[in-house]
Amino acid sequence: MDLKDLYRDIIVDHNRHPRNFREITDADRRADGFNPLCGDKLTVYVKLDGERISDVSFNGSGCAISVASASLLTESVKGRSIAEAEELFAQMHRLLTLDDAAVDIPALGKLGALSGVRAFPARVKCASLCWHTLDAALHSHDQASTE
Amino acid sequence: MNAVTARLETAEAFDVAAIRRDFPVLARTVHGYPLSYLDNAASSQRPRAVIDAMSSYYENSHANVHRGVHTLSQEATDLFEGAREKVRRFINARSSKEIVFVRGTTEAINLVAQSYGRPRFGPGDEILVSWLEHHANIVPWQMLCEQTGATLKVAPITRTGEVDFAAFTALLSPRTKLVALAHVSNALGTVIPVHRFIGAARAQGVPVLLDGAQAVPHLKVDVQALDCDFYAFSGHKMCGPTGIGVLYGREELLGAMPPWQGGGDMILAVSFGKTVYNGLPWKFEAGTPDIAGAIGLGAAIDYLETLGMERVAAVEHELLLYANQQLAAVPGLRFVGTAPDKAAVVSFTIDRVHPHDLGTILDQEGVAIRTGHHCAMPVMEFFGLPATARASFAFYNTHAEVDRLVDALRTAQEMLG
Repeated sequence: MDLKDLYRDIIVDHNRHPRNFREITDADRRADGFNPLCGDKLTVYVKLDGERISDVSFNGSGCAISVASASLLTESVKGRSIAEAEELFAQMHRLLTLDDAAVDIPALGKLGALSGVRAFPARVKCASLCWHTLDAALHSHDQASTE
Repeated sequence: MNAVTARLETAEAFDVAAIRRDFPVLARTVHGYPLSYLDNAASSQRPRAVIDAMSSYYENSHANVHRGVHTLSQEATDLFEGAREKVRRFINARSSKEIVFVRGTTEAINLVAQSYGRPRFGPGDEILVSWLEHHANIVPWQMLCEQTGATLKVAPITRTGEVDFAAFTALLSPRTKLVALAHVSNALGTVIPVHRFIGAARAQGVPVLLDGAQAVPHLKVDVQALDCDFYAFSGHKMCGPTGIGVLYGREELLGAMPPWQGGGDMILAVSFGKTVYNGLPWKFEAGTPDIAGAIGLGAAIDYLETLGMERVAAVEHELLLYANQQLAAVPGLRFVGTAPDKAAVVSFTIDRVHPHDLGTILDQEGVAIRTGHHCAMPVMEFFGLPATARASFAFYNTHAEVDRLVDALRTAQEMLG
Protein backbone atom coordinates (compact mmCIF):
# COMPACT_ATOMS: atom_id res chain seq x y z
CA MET A 1 0.00 0.00 0.00
CA ASP A 2 1.31 3.34 -1.01
CA LEU A 3 -0.32 6.65 -0.15
CA LYS A 4 0.43 7.85 -3.67
CA ASP A 5 -1.86 5.09 -4.91
CA LEU A 6 -4.69 6.47 -2.77
CA TYR A 7 -4.02 10.16 -3.23
CA ARG A 8 -3.27 10.14 -6.95
CA ASP A 9 -2.67 13.48 -8.63
CA ILE A 10 -6.14 13.54 -10.13
CA ILE A 11 -7.71 12.99 -6.69
CA VAL A 12 -5.60 15.70 -5.10
CA ASP A 13 -6.54 18.06 -7.95
CA HIS A 14 -10.29 17.36 -7.65
CA ASN A 15 -10.10 17.82 -3.87
CA ARG A 16 -8.32 21.16 -4.19
CA HIS A 17 -10.53 22.32 -7.03
CA PRO A 18 -13.82 20.41 -6.91
CA ARG A 19 -15.80 20.63 -10.17
CA ASN A 20 -19.51 21.47 -10.17
CA PHE A 21 -19.26 22.46 -6.50
CA ARG A 22 -22.43 24.52 -6.30
CA GLU A 23 -26.13 24.33 -5.61
CA ILE A 24 -28.58 23.99 -8.49
CA THR A 25 -31.38 26.16 -7.16
CA ASP A 26 -34.00 24.79 -9.58
CA ALA A 27 -32.86 21.16 -9.30
CA ASP A 28 -35.44 18.51 -10.17
CA ARG A 29 -33.93 16.12 -7.69
CA ARG A 30 -31.67 16.49 -4.68
CA ALA A 31 -30.56 14.28 -1.82
CA ASP A 32 -28.38 14.61 1.27
CA GLY A 33 -25.69 12.07 2.01
CA PHE A 34 -24.14 11.49 5.41
CA ASN A 35 -21.34 9.26 6.62
CA PRO A 36 -21.92 8.92 10.37
CA LEU A 37 -18.45 7.47 10.92
CA CYS A 38 -16.48 10.54 9.86
CA GLY A 39 -19.12 13.25 9.60
CA ASP A 40 -18.88 13.70 5.82
CA LYS A 41 -21.99 15.47 4.56
CA LEU A 42 -22.87 16.31 1.01
CA THR A 43 -25.85 17.25 -1.09
CA VAL A 44 -26.21 16.16 -4.71
CA TYR A 45 -28.38 18.20 -7.08
CA VAL A 46 -29.73 16.85 -10.37
CA LYS A 47 -31.39 18.66 -13.26
CA LEU A 48 -33.24 16.32 -15.61
CA ASP A 49 -34.20 16.65 -19.23
CA GLY A 50 -36.55 13.71 -19.56
CA GLU A 51 -34.44 10.65 -18.80
CA ARG A 52 -31.19 12.56 -19.33
CA ILE A 53 -29.12 14.19 -16.57
CA SER A 54 -28.65 17.65 -18.04
CA ASP A 55 -26.84 19.08 -15.01
CA VAL A 56 -25.50 17.67 -11.76
CA SER A 57 -23.64 19.32 -8.90
CA PHE A 58 -22.80 18.88 -5.24
CA ASN A 59 -21.80 20.79 -2.14
CA GLY A 60 -20.98 19.97 1.46
CA SER A 61 -17.89 18.99 3.37
CA GLY A 62 -15.80 15.90 3.51
CA CYS A 63 -12.39 14.35 3.23
CA ALA A 64 -10.27 14.45 0.08
CA ILE A 65 -11.56 11.08 -1.10
CA SER A 66 -15.22 11.97 -0.71
CA VAL A 67 -14.85 15.43 -2.27
CA ALA A 68 -12.77 14.16 -5.20
CA SER A 69 -15.13 11.25 -5.76
CA ALA A 70 -18.15 13.57 -5.82
CA SER A 71 -16.36 15.96 -8.17
CA LEU A 72 -15.45 13.11 -10.52
CA LEU A 73 -19.01 11.81 -10.31
CA THR A 74 -20.47 15.09 -11.54
CA GLU A 75 -18.12 15.14 -14.51
CA SER A 76 -18.88 11.52 -15.33
CA VAL A 77 -22.67 11.46 -15.22
CA LYS A 78 -23.47 14.85 -16.69
CA GLY A 79 -25.20 14.32 -20.04
CA ARG A 80 -25.84 10.63 -19.41
CA SER A 81 -29.19 8.89 -19.07
CA ILE A 82 -30.44 7.81 -15.66
CA ALA A 83 -29.90 4.18 -16.68
CA GLU A 84 -26.30 4.89 -17.70
CA ALA A 85 -25.66 6.65 -14.38
CA GLU A 86 -27.04 3.63 -12.52
CA GLU A 87 -24.75 1.36 -14.49
CA LEU A 88 -21.76 3.56 -13.59
CA PHE A 89 -22.79 3.30 -9.91
CA ALA A 90 -22.75 -0.49 -10.22
CA GLN A 91 -19.33 -0.36 -11.89
CA MET A 92 -17.98 1.95 -9.16
CA HIS A 93 -19.27 -0.40 -6.50
CA ARG A 94 -17.33 -3.23 -8.12
CA LEU A 95 -14.22 -1.05 -8.53
CA LEU A 96 -14.26 -0.10 -4.84
CA THR A 97 -14.99 -3.53 -3.41
CA LEU A 98 -13.76 -6.23 -5.82
CA ASP A 99 -10.70 -6.00 -8.06
CA ASP A 100 -9.69 -4.34 -11.29
CA ALA A 101 -10.51 -7.48 -13.28
CA ALA A 102 -14.17 -7.11 -12.26
CA VAL A 103 -14.42 -3.73 -13.96
CA ASP A 104 -13.90 -2.24 -17.39
CA ILE A 105 -11.47 0.38 -16.13
CA PRO A 106 -10.91 2.26 -19.41
CA ALA A 107 -14.68 2.66 -19.73
CA LEU A 108 -14.72 4.37 -16.33
CA GLY A 109 -12.33 7.08 -17.51
CA LYS A 110 -11.09 9.31 -14.70
CA LEU A 111 -13.23 7.41 -12.17
CA GLY A 112 -10.66 4.62 -12.43
CA ALA A 113 -8.33 6.80 -10.36
CA LEU A 114 -10.34 5.72 -7.31
CA SER A 115 -9.23 2.10 -7.60
CA GLY A 116 -6.52 2.75 -5.00
CA VAL A 117 -9.20 3.25 -2.35
CA ARG A 118 -9.84 -0.48 -2.29
CA ALA A 119 -6.60 -1.08 -0.39
CA PHE A 120 -7.89 1.20 2.40
CA PRO A 121 -11.13 -0.49 3.50
CA ALA A 122 -11.89 2.21 6.06
CA ARG A 123 -12.08 4.71 3.20
CA VAL A 124 -14.37 2.89 0.76
CA LYS A 125 -17.42 4.58 2.24
CA CYS A 126 -15.83 7.97 1.60
CA ALA A 127 -15.62 7.23 -2.12
CA SER A 128 -19.06 5.65 -2.37
CA LEU A 129 -21.06 8.24 -0.38
CA CYS A 130 -21.69 10.51 -3.39
CA TRP A 131 -22.84 7.58 -5.50
CA HIS A 132 -25.34 6.44 -2.86
CA THR A 133 -26.52 10.04 -2.63
CA LEU A 134 -26.94 10.35 -6.41
CA ASP A 135 -28.82 7.06 -6.37
CA ALA A 136 -31.13 8.40 -3.66
CA ALA A 137 -31.70 11.59 -5.64
CA LEU A 138 -32.53 9.68 -8.83
CA HIS A 139 -34.97 7.50 -6.88
CA SER A 140 -36.46 10.53 -5.15
CA HIS A 141 -35.35 9.64 -1.66
CA ASP A 142 -34.06 12.71 0.09
CA GLN A 143 -31.39 11.03 2.19
CA ALA A 144 -28.58 8.56 1.76
CA SER A 145 -26.28 7.11 4.35
CA THR A 146 -23.29 4.86 4.14
CA GLU A 147 -24.50 3.00 7.22
CA MET B 1 5.00 -6.49 39.48
CA ASN B 2 7.75 -6.63 42.11
CA ALA B 3 10.30 -5.87 39.43
CA VAL B 4 8.33 -2.79 38.45
CA THR B 5 8.12 -1.63 42.04
CA ALA B 6 11.83 -2.03 42.58
CA ARG B 7 12.60 -0.19 39.38
CA LEU B 8 10.46 2.79 40.30
CA GLU B 9 11.80 3.00 43.82
CA THR B 10 15.36 3.18 42.61
CA ALA B 11 14.87 5.39 39.58
CA GLU B 12 14.53 9.10 40.13
CA ALA B 13 13.00 9.70 36.75
CA PHE B 14 10.06 7.92 35.16
CA ASP B 15 11.81 5.21 33.14
CA VAL B 16 9.57 5.27 30.09
CA ALA B 17 11.69 2.79 28.14
CA ALA B 18 11.21 0.23 30.90
CA ILE B 19 7.51 1.04 31.18
CA ARG B 20 7.11 0.51 27.42
CA ARG B 21 8.58 -2.98 27.74
CA ASP B 22 5.65 -3.83 30.03
CA PHE B 23 3.29 -3.33 27.04
CA PRO B 24 3.84 -6.06 24.42
CA VAL B 25 1.93 -4.26 21.65
CA LEU B 26 4.24 -1.24 21.80
CA ALA B 27 6.98 -3.39 20.29
CA ARG B 28 5.11 -3.97 17.04
CA THR B 29 5.40 -2.12 13.76
CA VAL B 30 2.68 -0.69 11.54
CA HIS B 31 3.40 -0.28 7.82
CA GLY B 32 7.08 -0.72 8.58
CA TYR B 33 7.24 1.92 11.31
CA PRO B 34 7.30 1.40 15.08
CA LEU B 35 3.76 1.81 16.40
CA SER B 36 3.16 5.25 17.85
CA TYR B 37 -0.11 4.76 19.69
CA LEU B 38 -1.75 8.13 20.34
CA ASP B 39 -5.37 7.01 20.59
CA ASN B 40 -5.49 6.33 24.30
CA ALA B 41 -8.69 8.28 24.91
CA ALA B 42 -10.48 5.76 22.69
CA SER B 43 -8.81 2.79 24.37
CA SER B 44 -5.48 2.32 26.07
CA GLN B 45 -3.12 -0.65 25.66
CA ARG B 46 -2.58 -3.52 28.12
CA PRO B 47 0.51 -4.28 30.16
CA ARG B 48 1.72 -7.89 30.29
CA ALA B 49 0.56 -8.06 33.92
CA VAL B 50 -3.08 -7.67 32.86
CA ILE B 51 -2.82 -10.20 30.04
CA ASP B 52 -1.07 -12.67 32.37
CA ALA B 53 -3.65 -12.24 35.14
CA MET B 54 -6.44 -13.11 32.74
CA SER B 55 -4.54 -16.02 31.16
CA SER B 56 -3.63 -17.38 34.56
CA TYR B 57 -7.25 -17.24 35.66
CA TYR B 58 -8.38 -19.18 32.59
CA GLU B 59 -5.51 -21.64 32.82
CA ASN B 60 -5.82 -22.34 36.54
CA SER B 61 -8.92 -21.13 38.29
CA HIS B 62 -11.88 -20.71 35.99
CA ALA B 63 -15.30 -21.72 37.27
CA ASN B 64 -18.52 -19.83 37.83
CA VAL B 65 -18.62 -17.48 40.81
CA HIS B 66 -20.88 -17.43 43.88
CA ARG B 67 -22.14 -20.94 43.15
CA GLY B 68 -20.12 -24.03 43.78
CA VAL B 69 -18.47 -25.38 46.87
CA HIS B 70 -15.66 -26.83 44.79
CA THR B 71 -12.17 -25.40 44.83
CA LEU B 72 -12.18 -23.69 41.45
CA SER B 73 -15.46 -21.93 42.11
CA GLN B 74 -14.08 -20.67 45.40
CA GLU B 75 -10.86 -19.46 43.74
CA ALA B 76 -12.79 -17.73 40.96
CA THR B 77 -15.07 -16.07 43.52
CA ASP B 78 -12.10 -14.92 45.60
CA LEU B 79 -10.37 -13.46 42.53
CA PHE B 80 -13.57 -11.77 41.32
CA GLU B 81 -14.49 -10.28 44.69
CA GLY B 82 -10.83 -9.44 45.27
CA ALA B 83 -10.95 -7.33 42.11
CA ARG B 84 -14.02 -5.53 43.45
CA GLU B 85 -12.11 -4.68 46.60
CA LYS B 86 -9.21 -3.34 44.50
CA VAL B 87 -11.65 -1.07 42.66
CA ARG B 88 -13.16 0.10 45.96
CA ARG B 89 -9.76 1.02 47.31
CA PHE B 90 -8.64 2.64 44.03
CA ILE B 91 -11.52 5.15 44.00
CA ASN B 92 -11.85 5.23 47.81
CA ALA B 93 -15.47 4.09 48.05
CA ARG B 94 -16.72 3.40 51.58
CA SER B 95 -17.84 -0.14 50.85
CA SER B 96 -17.50 -2.77 48.15
CA LYS B 97 -21.32 -2.82 48.16
CA GLU B 98 -21.01 0.43 46.24
CA ILE B 99 -19.00 -1.14 43.40
CA VAL B 100 -21.17 -2.66 40.66
CA PHE B 101 -19.44 -4.41 37.78
CA VAL B 102 -20.94 -3.52 34.40
CA ARG B 103 -19.80 -3.72 30.78
CA GLY B 104 -18.46 -0.19 30.76
CA THR B 105 -19.30 3.45 31.31
CA THR B 106 -22.17 3.29 28.83
CA GLU B 107 -23.88 0.46 30.65
CA ALA B 108 -23.31 2.14 34.02
CA ILE B 109 -25.09 5.30 32.86
CA ASN B 110 -27.93 3.29 31.32
CA LEU B 111 -28.30 1.42 34.60
CA VAL B 112 -28.70 4.66 36.54
CA ALA B 113 -31.10 6.07 33.96
CA GLN B 114 -33.34 3.01 34.04
CA SER B 115 -33.06 1.98 37.68
CA TYR B 116 -32.71 5.34 39.42
CA GLY B 117 -34.42 7.67 36.95
CA ARG B 118 -37.25 5.73 35.40
CA PRO B 119 -39.24 4.98 38.56
CA ARG B 120 -38.74 8.51 39.92
CA PHE B 121 -38.90 11.00 37.06
CA GLY B 122 -41.96 12.35 35.32
CA PRO B 123 -43.26 15.31 33.33
CA GLY B 124 -41.86 18.59 34.63
CA ASP B 125 -38.71 16.95 35.99
CA GLU B 126 -35.37 17.91 34.47
CA ILE B 127 -32.03 16.17 33.93
CA LEU B 128 -29.11 18.54 33.52
CA VAL B 129 -26.09 17.65 31.37
CA SER B 130 -23.47 19.76 29.59
CA TRP B 131 -22.74 20.43 25.94
CA LEU B 132 -19.41 18.59 26.33
CA GLU B 133 -20.86 15.17 26.96
CA HIS B 134 -20.02 11.96 25.14
CA HIS B 135 -23.07 10.40 23.47
CA ALA B 136 -23.08 7.82 26.30
CA ASN B 137 -24.01 10.63 28.70
CA ILE B 138 -26.66 12.09 26.40
CA VAL B 139 -28.62 9.31 24.72
CA PRO B 140 -29.55 7.28 27.85
CA TRP B 141 -31.09 10.48 29.28
CA GLN B 142 -32.91 11.26 26.04
CA MET B 143 -34.36 7.75 26.13
CA LEU B 144 -35.34 8.23 29.77
CA CYS B 145 -37.04 11.53 28.89
CA GLU B 146 -39.05 9.78 26.18
CA GLN B 147 -40.09 7.13 28.69
CA THR B 148 -40.99 9.43 31.57
CA GLY B 149 -41.87 12.81 30.06
CA ALA B 150 -38.91 14.44 31.83
CA THR B 151 -36.88 17.14 30.03
CA LEU B 152 -33.17 17.20 29.21
CA LYS B 153 -31.44 20.51 29.92
CA VAL B 154 -27.98 21.30 28.53
CA ALA B 155 -25.48 23.63 30.18
CA PRO B 156 -23.56 25.53 27.47
CA ILE B 157 -19.81 25.60 26.95
CA THR B 158 -17.39 28.39 26.16
CA ARG B 159 -15.11 28.82 23.13
CA THR B 160 -12.25 27.34 25.14
CA GLY B 161 -14.28 24.18 25.75
CA GLU B 162 -15.19 24.71 29.40
CA VAL B 163 -18.64 24.19 30.89
CA ASP B 164 -20.12 27.61 31.69
CA PHE B 165 -20.53 27.43 35.46
CA ALA B 166 -22.80 30.48 35.76
CA ALA B 167 -25.10 29.13 33.06
CA PHE B 168 -25.04 25.73 34.76
CA THR B 169 -26.14 27.15 38.11
CA ALA B 170 -28.83 29.22 36.37
CA LEU B 171 -30.23 25.99 34.92
CA LEU B 172 -30.34 24.29 38.35
CA SER B 173 -33.84 24.55 39.77
CA PRO B 174 -36.29 22.68 41.97
CA ARG B 175 -37.25 20.81 38.80
CA THR B 176 -33.72 19.40 38.42
CA LYS B 177 -33.74 15.77 39.52
CA LEU B 178 -30.26 14.73 38.42
CA VAL B 179 -27.03 16.27 37.14
CA ALA B 180 -24.94 14.10 34.78
CA LEU B 181 -21.54 15.52 33.89
CA ALA B 182 -18.28 14.41 32.33
CA HIS B 183 -15.31 14.58 34.69
CA VAL B 184 -12.93 14.93 31.71
CA SER B 185 -14.12 15.66 28.16
CA ASN B 186 -13.25 12.88 25.74
CA ALA B 187 -13.36 15.12 22.67
CA LEU B 188 -11.35 18.07 24.01
CA GLY B 189 -9.58 16.88 27.16
CA THR B 190 -11.08 19.59 29.37
CA VAL B 191 -10.89 18.68 33.06
CA ILE B 192 -14.18 19.95 34.46
CA PRO B 193 -13.80 21.48 37.95
CA VAL B 194 -16.45 19.07 39.19
CA HIS B 195 -16.12 20.08 42.86
CA ARG B 196 -17.83 23.39 42.05
CA PHE B 197 -20.58 21.74 40.01
CA ILE B 198 -21.21 19.04 42.61
CA GLY B 199 -21.26 21.66 45.36
CA ALA B 200 -23.84 23.74 43.50
CA ALA B 201 -26.02 20.71 42.76
CA ARG B 202 -25.86 19.26 46.25
CA ALA B 203 -26.67 22.63 47.78
CA GLN B 204 -30.03 22.21 46.06
CA GLY B 205 -30.31 18.55 46.99
CA VAL B 206 -29.72 17.35 43.43
CA PRO B 207 -27.80 14.08 43.01
CA VAL B 208 -24.82 14.04 40.63
CA LEU B 209 -23.54 11.35 38.28
CA LEU B 210 -20.03 11.77 36.88
CA ASP B 211 -18.91 10.14 33.64
CA GLY B 212 -15.36 9.31 34.68
CA ALA B 213 -14.34 7.28 31.61
CA GLN B 214 -11.58 9.75 30.72
CA ALA B 215 -10.70 10.76 34.27
CA VAL B 216 -9.98 7.50 36.08
CA PRO B 217 -7.07 6.55 33.78
CA HIS B 218 -5.32 9.88 34.25
CA LEU B 219 -6.19 11.42 37.63
CA LYS B 220 -6.41 10.28 41.22
CA VAL B 221 -10.16 9.87 41.72
CA ASP B 222 -11.62 9.78 45.24
CA VAL B 223 -15.39 9.43 45.19
CA GLN B 224 -15.72 10.43 48.86
CA ALA B 225 -13.70 13.61 48.34
CA LEU B 226 -15.71 14.36 45.19
CA ASP B 227 -18.93 13.76 47.15
CA CYS B 228 -20.71 12.59 43.98
CA ASP B 229 -23.60 10.13 44.04
CA PHE B 230 -22.72 8.00 41.02
CA TYR B 231 -19.40 7.58 39.21
CA ALA B 232 -19.06 5.55 35.99
CA PHE B 233 -15.90 4.33 34.26
CA SER B 234 -14.51 1.68 31.89
CA GLY B 235 -11.70 -0.83 32.26
CA HIS B 236 -10.35 -0.59 28.73
CA LYS B 237 -9.34 3.06 28.97
CA MET B 238 -7.22 2.37 32.08
CA CYS B 239 -5.05 -0.48 30.77
CA GLY B 240 -7.69 -3.06 31.66
CA PRO B 241 -9.80 -5.34 29.46
CA THR B 242 -12.72 -4.39 27.24
CA GLY B 243 -16.16 -5.47 28.38
CA ILE B 244 -15.73 -4.55 32.04
CA GLY B 245 -16.51 -1.30 33.77
CA VAL B 246 -17.72 0.04 37.07
CA LEU B 247 -20.68 1.88 38.45
CA TYR B 248 -19.97 3.41 41.83
CA GLY B 249 -23.14 4.43 43.62
CA ARG B 250 -23.75 5.76 47.09
CA GLU B 251 -24.96 2.78 49.12
CA GLU B 252 -28.23 4.37 50.25
CA LEU B 253 -29.13 5.26 46.66
CA LEU B 254 -28.24 1.85 45.23
CA GLY B 255 -30.11 0.17 48.07
CA ALA B 256 -33.30 2.06 47.24
CA MET B 257 -33.08 1.33 43.51
CA PRO B 258 -34.87 -1.66 41.94
CA PRO B 259 -32.78 -4.23 40.05
CA TRP B 260 -32.08 -3.36 36.45
CA GLN B 261 -31.91 -6.79 34.89
CA GLY B 262 -33.29 -10.02 36.31
CA GLY B 263 -31.67 -13.44 36.31
CA GLY B 264 -29.31 -15.63 38.23
CA ASP B 265 -26.92 -14.23 40.84
CA MET B 266 -29.11 -11.20 41.56
CA ILE B 267 -31.56 -13.20 43.70
CA LEU B 268 -31.61 -14.83 47.11
CA ALA B 269 -34.70 -16.96 46.53
CA VAL B 270 -37.01 -17.48 43.58
CA SER B 271 -40.50 -18.87 43.59
CA PHE B 272 -43.54 -18.15 41.46
CA GLY B 273 -45.12 -16.55 44.48
CA LYS B 274 -42.29 -14.21 45.43
CA THR B 275 -38.68 -13.62 44.43
CA VAL B 276 -36.27 -12.09 46.92
CA TYR B 277 -33.47 -10.01 45.44
CA ASN B 278 -29.86 -10.31 46.44
CA GLY B 279 -28.11 -7.59 48.42
CA LEU B 280 -25.67 -4.99 47.07
CA PRO B 281 -23.84 -5.03 44.77
CA TRP B 282 -25.03 -8.37 43.33
CA LYS B 283 -28.61 -7.11 43.00
CA PHE B 284 -27.36 -5.29 39.90
CA GLU B 285 -25.27 -8.14 38.47
CA ALA B 286 -27.70 -10.56 36.86
CA GLY B 287 -26.18 -13.56 35.11
CA THR B 288 -22.62 -14.82 35.03
CA PRO B 289 -20.42 -11.72 35.14
CA ASP B 290 -17.26 -10.98 33.16
CA ILE B 291 -15.08 -12.74 35.71
CA ALA B 292 -11.87 -12.60 33.68
CA GLY B 293 -12.56 -8.95 32.84
CA ALA B 294 -12.90 -8.04 36.50
CA ILE B 295 -9.69 -9.90 37.33
CA GLY B 296 -7.93 -8.09 34.48
CA LEU B 297 -9.25 -4.77 35.75
CA GLY B 298 -7.91 -5.60 39.20
CA ALA B 299 -4.50 -6.31 37.65
CA ALA B 300 -4.64 -2.98 35.77
CA ILE B 301 -5.32 -1.18 39.04
CA ASP B 302 -2.36 -2.97 40.66
CA TYR B 303 -0.21 -1.82 37.74
CA LEU B 304 -1.37 1.79 37.88
CA GLU B 305 -0.95 1.91 41.66
CA THR B 306 2.60 0.68 41.27
CA LEU B 307 3.28 3.60 38.95
CA GLY B 308 1.28 5.96 41.19
CA MET B 309 -1.60 7.97 39.76
CA GLU B 310 0.00 11.25 40.79
CA ARG B 311 3.06 10.32 38.74
CA VAL B 312 0.93 9.17 35.81
CA ALA B 313 -0.84 12.54 35.87
CA ALA B 314 2.44 14.45 36.06
CA VAL B 315 4.08 12.51 33.22
CA GLU B 316 1.04 12.91 31.00
CA HIS B 317 0.80 16.62 31.76
CA GLU B 318 4.41 17.06 30.71
CA LEU B 319 3.63 15.21 27.45
CA LEU B 320 0.66 17.51 26.89
CA LEU B 321 2.83 20.62 27.31
CA TYR B 322 5.41 19.27 24.89
CA ALA B 323 2.74 18.28 22.34
CA ASN B 324 1.06 21.69 22.59
CA GLN B 325 4.39 23.40 22.02
CA GLN B 326 5.39 21.26 19.03
CA LEU B 327 1.95 21.29 17.40
CA ALA B 328 1.64 25.06 17.78
CA ALA B 329 4.55 25.36 15.34
CA VAL B 330 2.68 23.47 12.58
CA PRO B 331 1.37 26.04 10.09
CA GLY B 332 -2.41 26.05 9.72
CA LEU B 333 -2.98 23.94 12.83
CA ARG B 334 -5.80 25.07 15.08
CA PHE B 335 -6.39 23.69 18.54
CA VAL B 336 -9.98 22.82 19.40
CA GLY B 337 -10.47 23.04 23.16
CA THR B 338 -7.99 25.27 24.98
CA ALA B 339 -9.14 25.06 28.59
CA PRO B 340 -6.37 25.83 31.10
CA ASP B 341 -6.87 22.50 32.87
CA LYS B 342 -6.69 19.60 30.44
CA ALA B 343 -5.93 15.90 30.37
CA ALA B 344 -3.37 14.83 27.76
CA VAL B 345 -5.81 15.07 24.86
CA VAL B 346 -5.17 17.40 21.91
CA SER B 347 -7.99 17.95 19.42
CA PHE B 348 -7.08 19.95 16.32
CA THR B 349 -7.74 20.72 12.69
CA ILE B 350 -5.32 21.56 9.89
CA ASP B 351 -6.21 23.98 7.11
CA ARG B 352 -7.09 22.27 3.82
CA VAL B 353 -6.50 18.76 5.15
CA HIS B 354 -9.57 16.88 6.38
CA PRO B 355 -9.10 14.94 9.65
CA HIS B 356 -10.09 11.69 7.96
CA ASP B 357 -7.25 12.07 5.45
CA LEU B 358 -4.87 12.91 8.30
CA GLY B 359 -5.86 9.67 10.01
CA THR B 360 -5.01 7.60 6.93
CA ILE B 361 -1.75 9.41 6.15
CA LEU B 362 -0.53 9.24 9.76
CA ASP B 363 -1.37 5.54 9.93
CA GLN B 364 0.90 4.93 6.95
CA GLU B 365 3.74 6.22 9.15
CA GLY B 366 2.67 4.08 12.11
CA VAL B 367 1.05 6.94 14.03
CA ALA B 368 -2.41 6.03 15.39
CA ILE B 369 -4.76 8.90 16.18
CA ARG B 370 -8.54 9.23 16.28
CA THR B 371 -10.36 11.29 13.68
CA GLY B 372 -14.04 12.09 13.49
CA HIS B 373 -16.65 13.38 15.90
CA HIS B 374 -15.39 11.37 18.90
CA CYS B 375 -18.94 10.34 19.86
CA ALA B 376 -19.54 13.95 20.84
CA MET B 377 -21.40 15.39 17.87
CA PRO B 378 -22.84 18.34 19.84
CA VAL B 379 -19.27 19.45 20.65
CA MET B 380 -18.37 19.35 16.94
CA GLU B 381 -21.55 21.27 16.12
CA PHE B 382 -20.67 23.90 18.73
CA PHE B 383 -17.31 24.54 17.08
CA GLY B 384 -18.85 24.35 13.59
CA LEU B 385 -16.64 21.42 12.62
CA PRO B 386 -17.62 18.11 11.02
CA ALA B 387 -14.68 16.40 12.68
CA THR B 388 -11.33 16.92 14.37
CA ALA B 389 -8.10 14.98 14.64
CA ARG B 390 -7.35 13.91 18.20
CA ALA B 391 -4.06 12.77 19.67
CA SER B 392 -4.42 11.42 23.20
CA PHE B 393 -1.45 10.43 25.30
CA ALA B 394 -0.74 7.87 27.99
CA PHE B 395 2.18 7.66 30.40
CA TYR B 396 3.95 5.24 28.03
CA ASN B 397 4.14 7.78 25.20
CA THR B 398 7.32 9.72 24.48
CA HIS B 399 8.55 13.03 23.10
CA ALA B 400 9.84 11.11 20.09
CA GLU B 401 6.29 9.98 19.34
CA VAL B 402 5.08 13.58 19.50
CA ASP B 403 7.85 14.47 17.03
CA ARG B 404 6.73 11.67 14.70
CA LEU B 405 3.16 12.97 14.90
CA VAL B 406 4.36 16.42 13.87
CA ASP B 407 6.48 15.00 11.02
CA ALA B 408 3.53 12.98 9.74
CA LEU B 409 1.31 16.07 9.85
CA ARG B 410 3.82 17.85 7.63
CA THR B 411 3.73 14.90 5.20
CA ALA B 412 -0.05 15.27 5.05
CA GLN B 413 0.23 18.99 4.41
CA GLU B 414 2.70 18.44 1.60
CA MET B 415 0.47 15.83 0.06
CA LEU B 416 -2.91 17.51 0.30
CA GLY B 417 -2.48 21.09 1.56
